[in-house]
Amino acid sequence: MPPKVNLEKCDGCKAEQEPLCEQICPGDLMTLNPETKKAYCRSLRDCWDCMSCVKSCPQGAIETRLPYQIGYYQAKLIPLMGTNRITWTCIDLNGKVERFSFKTRND
Amino acid sequence: MPQERKLPTRLEDVEEVLVETDILVIGGGNAGCFAAIEAKKLNPNLCVTIMEKAHIDRSGCLAAGMDAINTYIRKERTIEEFVRWSRSQAGGLIREDLTISLAEVLNQPTEQWEKWGLPIEKDEDGQYRTRGKWDISIRGSEMKVILAEKVREYGCQVLNRVVATNFLLADGRVIGAMGFGVRDGKMYVILARATIVSTGGCAGLYKPYTNDGVDSHHHLWYCPFNTGAGYAMGIRAGAEMTTFEMRWCATRTKDFNGPIDTISVGYETPMINAYGEKILQERYAHLGGDAAPRFIRANVPMEEWLNGRGPCYVDTRGMSDEDIREMKIDYLNERPAFVLFLAARGQDLKKEPIEIYGNDPYIVGGHTASGYWIDVKRATTLPGLFAAGDVAGGTPNKFVGGCAAEGMLAARGAVEYLKTVPALTRPDAEQVARERQRIFAPAIRQAEVGEGIIPREMEERMQRLMDEYAGGVHQFFRMNGIQLQYALKNIRILKDQTKYLVARDLHELMEAHEVIDRLDVAEVLLHHLLFREETRWPGWQTRTDFPERNDEKFDCFVNSRRDPATGEIAVFTRPYEQLIPGDRYLP
Repeated sequence: MPPKVNLEKCDGCKAEQEPLCEQICPGDLMTLNPETKKAYCRSLRDCWDCMSCVKSCPQGAIETRLPYQIGYYQAKLIPLMGTNRITWTCIDLNGKVERFSFKTRND
Repeated sequence: MPQERKLPTRLEDVEEVLVETDILVIGGGNAGCFAAIEAKKLNPNLCVTIMEKAHIDRSGCLAAGMDAINTYIRKERTIEEFVRWSRSQAGGLIREDLTISLAEVLNQPTEQWEKWGLPIEKDEDGQYRTRGKWDISIRGSEMKVILAEKVREYGCQVLNRVVATNFLLADGRVIGAMGFGVRDGKMYVILARATIVSTGGCAGLYKPYTNDGVDSHHHLWYCPFNTGAGYAMGIRAGAEMTTFEMRWCATRTKDFNGPIDTISVGYETPMINAYGEKILQERYAHLGGDAAPRFIRANVPMEEWLNGRGPCYVDTRGMSDEDIREMKIDYLNERPAFVLFLAARGQDLKKEPIEIYGNDPYIVGGHTASGYWIDVKRATTLPGLFAAGDVAGGTPNKFVGGCAAEGMLAARGAVEYLKTVPALTRPDAEQVARERQRIFAPAIRQAEVGEGIIPREMEERMQRLMDEYAGGVHQFFRMNGIQLQYALKNIRILKDQTKYLVARDLHELMEAHEVIDRLDVAEVLLHHLLFREETRWPGWQTRTDFPERNDEKFDCFVNSRRDPATGEIAVFTRPYEQLIPGDRYLP
């Protein structure tokens, strides 16, 4: 189940013509559910797990989950985008936490 | 507010958008963005338009980022050395003229990128830090976003979410391209004085071994959204193509199907088999050991499996804690989900090494020599059309830096070509009408007939066929002539059945064209594989009926051209031209 949208957090990017995840997805997979006005992935099978949507979401509402067929439940990898920096939090199967922070642009 | 998106149900309802430009760039990935910027640098008054099926901020191979530039020529190294290395890695078959002209400008995009803000690691002496002979480490998580910003700053026009479907032709010359908006459902007719194609290579021809469930079909190493549109458009227009049979089958991390050079080159971890033997050194020393050509290294884990000595690994157990951490940061810059994959297995790399396996084969001119047959100006055999990046043939081992540099070269070629084309050429109406019908046929069929074949069904049939009969990963990359003929017969049936494709929304219409394009690529690939009756690159191209290399007949390029009038594909050879002396099989 690649991108998993947290329906509490997702606001459908109301002010935008289309949600940022939909604007950015290289596979044209993220889109808005016209009834709920929340984003969803129209075809989980076709996701590349590139995490572009996760990085772009202003609400931090999207989590990449690996397809269960290749990765066990429920490890997490969460990016926090700064101006010139990204910080990743990784929680493994056994709850072990690792953090990585590095520059994404020269200042 | 969301815009209205409507799949047309009648051809006469399709709105047409006419765009006029000096230079059209089809595909705004790495090569295309560099091409567009270079054209603007050469002449800021030119109108330069990028036609992109996704969004240029994250489209193409760099969507998730990149952790290294694998082709950078350091001060102490020479162009000759680079050509010899690339030639040996590709089993002695490259276009030396193209490789030399690429090497002359190879470092420029990387240095430019750094000035634009891309972080690159440096040594104490101020040179870029290398990992391996030609590789430098970068922090490329946002490198595509940085590049896209510059495209806009230079004043290029960007048409995001517009899918290219065919070139516009006049008297054999390319005068632009056509396509459709995947958001607005409109037909796009783009007239250009010169056109650059940079749509990337072709994934999804073969069934990946990761598609064992509903959710992991696209767990591919190569960008799954690069579906060979540029190859297919060239094939349909009668462009000469080269070396499709040199498929990109590589060693990748098993199950995740992700990059491996990060670990094996970056951290010098040995490749081992189930019994802990360092296979390259102990079993393949005669072929170069750790420095063996890429196709040998690609094939090694599969050979070990075949001989009962799998699984294979890259042995991370000797790595230091700091190196493991650095390696994870590398992955976070290139394919972050691999770090999640390790976490999802609770894998401690000091105790458990990383398993490796082959990938589903791709056609990728940035890694092997497959693609358009071009000259040093990157002009294809169709006047008015230039090619750059994964879609351009003859120059393997370009990778990110080389594809960017080739984009620059194609732009220089195109800008020079403009001198000979003072004005836009108007297309004949019939050509546009025919294409409109072809583009929207799956939507019209859905409206009028209401049933047929959905693109996914056809994709899966094609992928299974190619996997089983044209040397896919499940067949350990091996094939024979009888299997290839069977695949060809069935690919032709599929091509005929594309008339039954249906599309229920604009996304599915795009998927329909992605399948149609890949069938055209697959047909040409099969002709190339059939023609080369030898085994030149075991793994990339293994003919079980012709297991030896045959220099007498095949030490040359295998090229093809489809006759646009008849659909017949002619396959022929072009001689090898050696410019840099020395044994072509040695670096």
